[in-house]
Amino acid sequence: MRVDSPSHHYRTPTYIQGKTGVVVAICGRYRNPESLGHGGDGMPEQLLYRVSFAQNSVWDRYRGPSGDKILVDIYEHWLDPVGV
Amino acid sequence: MPKPHDMGGEPNDEPIDQSDHQKMDWEMRADALHQVLGQKGIRRTDEMRRSMESLDPDLYRSLSYYERWTAALELLMVEKGYLTSDEIDRKVTQLDQGAN
Amino acid sequence: MSEGHDGEHVHPESGEELSVYARRAQAIEALMVEKGVCSTSEVDQMMNMVESRSPSDGAKVVAHAWSDPEFKARLLADPRSALTEIGYSLPDTTPHLAVVENTEQVHHMVVCTLCSCYPRALLGRPPDWYKSFAYRSRAVVDPRGVMREFGLELADSVEVQVLDSTADLRYLVLPRRPAGTENLSEAELAKLVSRDCMIGVTDPHVPEGVAAS
Repeated sequence: MRVDSPSHHYRTPTYIQGKTGVVVAICGRYRNPESLGHGGDGMPEQLLYRVSFAQNSVWDRYRGPSGDKILVDIYEHWLDPVGV
Repeated sequence: MPKPHDMGGEPNDEPIDQSDHQKMDWEMRADALHQVLGQKGIRRTDEMRRSMESLDPDLYRSLSYYERWTAALELLMVEKGYLTSDEIDRKVTQLDQGAN
Repeated sequence: MSEGHDGEHVHPESGEELSVYARRAQAIEALMVEKGVCSTSEVDQMMNMVESRSPSDGAKVVAHAWSDPEFKARLLADPRSALTEIGYSLPDTTPHLAVVENTEQVHHMVVCTLCSCYPRALLGRPPDWYKSFAYRSRAVVDPRGVMREFGLELADSVEVQVLDSTADLRYLVLPRRPAGTENLSEAELAKLVSRDCMIGVTDPHVPEGVAAS
């Protein structure tokens, strides 16, 4: 499943905004950090995904081999599915 | 424009300084205090992150690691009503005087 | 006192002159104790607890995983529960620990670009360089350059995967067991495992004469 990281959300690093990656693992359900960050209870819990991006699609200036990847842990509500 | 804490991929050609500085007593106590407050639910990781990320960018860049934590903790404790900045100011003065 | 581009201060040796924030940190602790929010002895005990965790804890776990493939499988699947088998009990509150394995094909390197999250429960406090602006900015875009600085050069055929700990997981790298170490005991294996190879910026190094041929 490909996912797209659309706009700036809490704890989504700028460098992967708007990039397309692949979910490689489901890390579990955790309380919503945006709510927790403001003193809320974080419920309902959200699924946390580990998403893999090809380095050379993230950085114009990436100098390593094309197989290198960057993996970021992202909550499901910060992702948009893209095709299949 | 990303906030100052969001620094992945920022242009930086500096070699990584691999030396470790000796932790000062105040840093170790500050670290322990943070953990204790965390355990008691008084300061939550996500709240601390939010507070840290709201620090003035120039301040963020100029402070050392534990100094940043302290600045962020102060903001959060004041926001939650545990302390006021005035109280902290007065206590700093009191401790300074006591030390002399 | 001065600075560094990465914001890490050089501290005065005497410790007599503390910075503004150092004094505020002390004031905050004093006030919290006065108000009964916490006690001085709680902070003291926590200091001891934090000091008691070091990379040698992580190294023991790695050595055990190298020696026992079934433990390794359990460690990768569910670190918290596997660790209780060898006497490490991690809290069930977040953050959680995840273990990633280096193989012949894949090498992992861990960073937290947004702050400096680190698997403290197994490794103790992070080194200054891990928290530096230089590492946080360069690790994601130039991991091979960073590893080179730590003495590790990987072939292009090895895939480098950088993990940015942006959420509730803290990552520990399980490095590859060096060749020629089949006859070493777990304790001897643990000595080969440095903190830096559990972060992923380097690999375990076998000193000459240690490995049996």
